[in-house]
Amino acid sequence: MKDNPFSLWVYLSQSPLLWLTVTLLVYATTDAVSLATRRHPLANPVLHAMWIIGAFLLMTGTSYTTYFAGAQFVHFLLGPATVALAVPLYENRKRVVTSIVPMLVALLAGSVTAVVSVVLLAELAGLPRDVVLSLAPKSVTAGVAMGIAESMHADPSLTAVAVILTGIMGAIIVTPLMDRTGITDYRARGFAAGLAAHGIGTARAFQVDEIAGVFSGIAMSLNALVTSFLVPLAVTLLVR
Amino acid sequence: MLASLGLILLCQLIGEAVVRGLGLPLPGPVLGLLLLLVLLLARDRFALLACGPLRNAGVETASKGLLAHLSLLFVPAGVGVVQKLDLLASHGIAIVLVLALSVIVTLLATVLTFRLVSRLLRQQDAR
Repeated sequence: MKDNPFSLWVYLSQSPLLWLTVTLLVYATTDAVSLATRRHPLANPVLHAMWIIGAFLLMTGTSYTTYFAGAQFVHFLLGPATVALAVPLYENRKRVVTSIVPMLVALLAGSVTAVVSVVLLAELAGLPRDVVLSLAPKSVTAGVAMGIAESMHADPSLTAVAVILTGIMGAIIVTPLMDRTGITDYRARGFAAGLAAHGIGTARAFQVDEIAGVFSGIAMSLNALVTSFLVPLAVTLLVR
Repeated sequence: MLASLGLILLCQLIGEAVVRGLGLPLPGPVLGLLLLLVLLLARDRFALLACGPLRNAGVETASKGLLAHLSLLFVPAGVGVVQKLDLLASHGIAIVLVLALSVIVTLLATVLTFRLVSRLLRQQDAR
């Protein structure tokens, strides 16, 4: 082993340990940078971790499948984290109950806008049909969106990428956009963030304000429900 | 801590099982969320339930630990972009523009509807 460092690399690069470690350390670094910039929207930790790890994989010629064998332990926690959203919801239940009506109306308006706007814009841009279908569920959290794409025979791995890109762009844009509209109601701001940009928007909302985070989490879960019904309907109506 | 994590996983497991079993069109973890919420609410009503992870803010602490690093959990799926480089080379700019416009429109539609409805309700209450 000692006289052949390459064989050590071959061994390590195929083991889940290396890629799990890389994922955690790169994210820890990008998150520290984000904290050092006082959570500047452009210092989004997911965005920077993504391209750094991606570039590293390309440089070392590692396949995504090999990478994912290690990173899946992190990916798995998306499910339990969704369940965990019950706790902030429980702790803020009184505030949530008092805003139930604006929440449900905004949910309907928002989820219809999310699906219809992306399908119409994608058609307008002349994207191929399978790409349009794969982009349609982009506002809901990764696992759910991939399930919707699968049921329509679209490309779930493209959907995952669209979901993450949407989440990052939403998380970057939400604070400056809301500041410009002059809306200071953190319930409304958080709800919009979670609806449009799922978990990445929710993570951003928790950074800005606890109440915004709670409403964002609710929007994300409710939108997952509504979009599951909405996408197949919108696709039959809107896609040629 | 361990029991709390176990309870969270159990809620998700039951959620997944029910969704699969009944063919419901909703994601398993969302049903798990509802289940945990019901458990927490039931605990306040029935002292009998306040044991194990449901005592001394056990499950609350574990959940907050998970949510503290919510962004991290999206990194593995995001790195999947390396598989789509050829598609992004041909349609990347259009895809990014479409997604960016759609997310802005969605944010505005949601936040404005929320504000409008809560303002209307407040006016009605005042009357």
